[in-house]
Parts: sequence; structure tokens; C-alpha cells
Amino acid sequence: MSFMPYVPPEQRQKDLSEFARKGIARGKSVVGLEYADGLLLIAENPSATLHKISEIYDRIAFAGVGKYSEFEDLRISGVRLADLRGYSYHRDDVRARDLANAYSQALSTIFNQQFKPYEVEVLVGEVAEDNGRNEVYHILFDGTVTDEHEFVAMGGHAEQLTEAVRTAYRPGWDLATAVREAVRALSTAEDRDVQPNSVEAGVLDRTRAGRRKFRRLEEDEVSGILAASAT
Amino acid sequence: MREDPAAPLASRGPIGANPSFFDLVVSTRPEALPHSTPGAAAVDGLSHGTTVLGLKFAEGVVLAGDRRAIAGFSIDDDRMEKVFVADAYSAIGIAGAAGQAVEIVRLLQLELEHYEKITGDRLSLEGKANRLGQMIRGNFPLAVQGLVVVPLFGGFDERRAEGRIFYYDATGGRWEEEDFHATGSGGRAAKSSMKKRWRPRMDRAEALQVAVEGLIDASQEDAATGGPDPARGIYPTVVVVTSAGAEELGDDPVRAAYDAILTRDAGGPS
Repeated sequence: MSFMPYVPPEQRQKDLSEFARKGIARGKSVVGLEYADGLLLIAENPSATLHKISEIYDRIAFAGVGKYSEFEDLRISGVRLADLRGYSYHRDDVRARDLANAYSQALSTIFNQQFKPYEVEVLVGEVAEDNGRNEVYHILFDGTVTDEHEFVAMGGHAEQLTEAVRTAYRPGWDLATAVREAVRALSTAEDRDVQPNSVEAGVLDRTRAGRRKFRRLEEDEVSGILAASAT
Repeated sequence: MREDPAAPLASRGPIGANPSFFDLVVSTRPEALPHSTPGAAAVDGLSHGTTVLGLKFAEGVVLAGDRRAIAGFSIDDDRMEKVFVADAYSAIGIAGAAGQAVEIVRLLQLELEHYEKITGDRLSLEGKANRLGQMIRGNFPLAVQGLVVVPLFGGFDERRAEGRIFYYDATGGRWEEEDFHATGSGGRAAKSSMKKRWRPRMDRAEALQVAVEGLIDASQEDAATGGPDPARGIYPTVVVVTSAGAEELGDDPVRAAYDAILTRDAGGPS
């Protein structure tokens, strides 16, 4: 058996948290915000195919920051959980809160029991029907969950980004305004202009026909919105 | 589902996430899937769905099914649906043991959606058709006990930009059909009907009429196939798949096609 030197639990927690935070701070950021028709998730992402933002279920979307392999692992597990639950019971029984709890449990176990914590933060958003209340959960690397309203930022420049969104945010924005303001906030936080071709965005749009409410905004659509605001 | 992280990579099977929902259910909830009992005799008295047909037209494919389900000599249900949208660009029609058929449709729909979400890409049409074949093959032990399901799968192939139709037998054998096909108890009559009416590159309205007429003819030859019943508002289920996606037509366009056939027949041979 290998010999482990004694490390006080406080010290261990502190070291692991610091390690995870550093890892997350090196990456890009994601903003999630409520707009008139639902939820917008938006990020700077130079890759058009390695997504930070994805569909989990009919009304539920996912966003992750930090280490790609780790949040991708969480995303896939989330899709499996959601699809299995919908198959076993009914599609209406798949809820963001359950998913957030599952992520929280998994991340907490990993944080406390594995050699290193996941260097990730994730968002789970669910768009409400009609005028109900949307749900957005923000889950940290150690399993801490917070229930967010209106807007939330996470990732590399989370603090600056939160500040930038806070000053601009107004409830009831239409999609174009929401995209424009979110990209502006991302640029402010990064201290440079975020280019339209490196914006990844997805919406849970309650007005969308059919049961699957998630839609990715294509590059043309984002450039179109941003170009319209530039003139 | 979770592999042992300490085991060497090569001993853990294929790396990466398995995008199959079916495999996920098999590994985590096998009790939820239908399975056969060894040595069990054939099961009688279960509901059976009857005729489904599919045909190609200029823009894509039409899949249609009658609404009757039978158990032995009695009619079990006159409003059963046997044709379903499988995903954004494909549809499935299924004849045979009704309970089994509906479950296979549900699993296929989930399989396609799950794959799309895990990988971020839709399966190719041929990939979908193959996957369905594997699922039917998995049902073979039950088919031997009488729970035969015979699907017809059609969709719009985005890569080739054309509609395609595949048909299956109970062993999961899969063949591509060039023009039209029908399966189920009234399949033979429906096929003869389409043989006379179908032409390459028909337009949408014509394709719909040929499909509905195929089902009418099947219902006249086969006791287990239900024809359109205007008095009770029962019309065949029809799904059309084109480059614009898969769409289940409501009763109105199907009724219009039915009326057009009646008008034409009343006016003498066309």
C-alpha cells in the first residue's frame, strides 16, 4: 500500500479548489441570459465543431467551460440520463433540476474522491412553457449549485463578464438585442473585439415549433445581427 | 456504463462515447426491452397492424398506412397509427405485432435523436436504415414466437439529395426499393395497385393519390386492412419526407386525395 502523508482536509480542499479555478480561468467564458422568448447561451469559441453549448433534451440545454474533455463527459452523461428518463417515464418528466442535481452529485464525488477535480463549470438551462419561469442552474467544479435568474457568466473572465452584463441587462430583450449585448459584454471582458465567426450561440426558444426547443444560431445569423448593429 | 479507469485502454472495447440509445438501454435497463422466453409457444390473440406502403416521388418519399389493427378475426382498433416521423428527414411504417411495432418505432426515434445529440450530427440515411435492421434482427427470437414486425423505412438522403425507401424482413434483412413497396397483410394488393398507378417523378398530389388508392385497393382485397371511412372521419396516416423535412399530413389533404379518387372513378376510367 502506498503511503500518503497527512494533509489537513481544509488544506486539501483549498489546494484542489485553487487548482480547478486556475484551470477554468485559462479558458474562454460563457454567458447565459433570459430574453423575451427563452434562454440564450453564448460563448466565444474559435472552433465551429467542438461545442461548448449543446442540446440535452426538449427544453433543456447545456453549456460548459474549462477542460473540453471533462465537460464533454458531463454533457454526454447528461444526454444519457435525460433520454433514459424520458424513455422510462415520459418526456415531461425530464427536468433541468434533476439534471443539475445529478451533475452536482457527480462533480462533488469527483472533487472529493478522485486524484484531481474536474476543471469545469456547467450551466443547465430549461425554458418554461408560455410565461412560466425559466430555470438556470450553475454548477461548479466541487458540486456547488446555484439557481440563477436573468443572467449568469462563467469561465475565464467570469467576474468582468458578470459586471459587463449586469450594467447592460434589461429583461425582455429580443433575440437580436440579447446577442448583440452579450457579444459586447464578451468583448469588454476580454478587452478586445470578439469576432462574429468565433461566436457560438444556442437558444432555447419557447416559440419554436415542435417539442425540441433548442436551436443553434448559425454563423450567418450571428454575423447578420452583429452587422446590423454596427451600421 | 462507466468503464474501470484503471483498466488498460485496449481492454475496454472501443474508445469514446457510444452514441447508441439502444445499446444504452440494453446495458442499463435490459428489463425494459421486450425479450423472448426460451421454448415458449407462439402467442395468439395479440393486436396486429396490417398494411403500410411507401413510394418515391419527384421531391422525396410518401409513406402511408391504414388504421386497422386486428386480433384474430376481430377488429381491435380502427384508428391505430402505423406510420410515424422517425426524425427530421425520415419516417417509418410498421406492420405486424402492434405492441412490438410501437416499441421499435419509439426506440428508433430515440436512437436517432440520441445519436444526433451525442455526436452533434445526424446519421446518414443508410446508417439509419442499417440501425433499424439491427433492431429488427434483435427481435428475431420474438418473431419466431409470432411477434413478427416488418417495417418500411423511407427518408430523404441529404447527401444524395433524393428520397429513398428500404424494406425489411423479420430477420432484419434490409433491401432498398427503387420505386414503391408495401408490406403487411394487404401488401400484395397494395403493390399490384401501385404497379398500375405509379410513375417515376410524380408530383406530390399525384403521389398522395397513388398511396391512398393503394390502401383502398388493399382494403378491398384484405379483410384485415381498413379503408378510408368518411362517415367516421377515419383516413390513412400519411407522412411525406422531402428536402424540407418529414411531415405528417393531417386528415384534410388525405381526404382531398380520397375525394379526388372517388370523383375520378365516378367519371369513368381515367
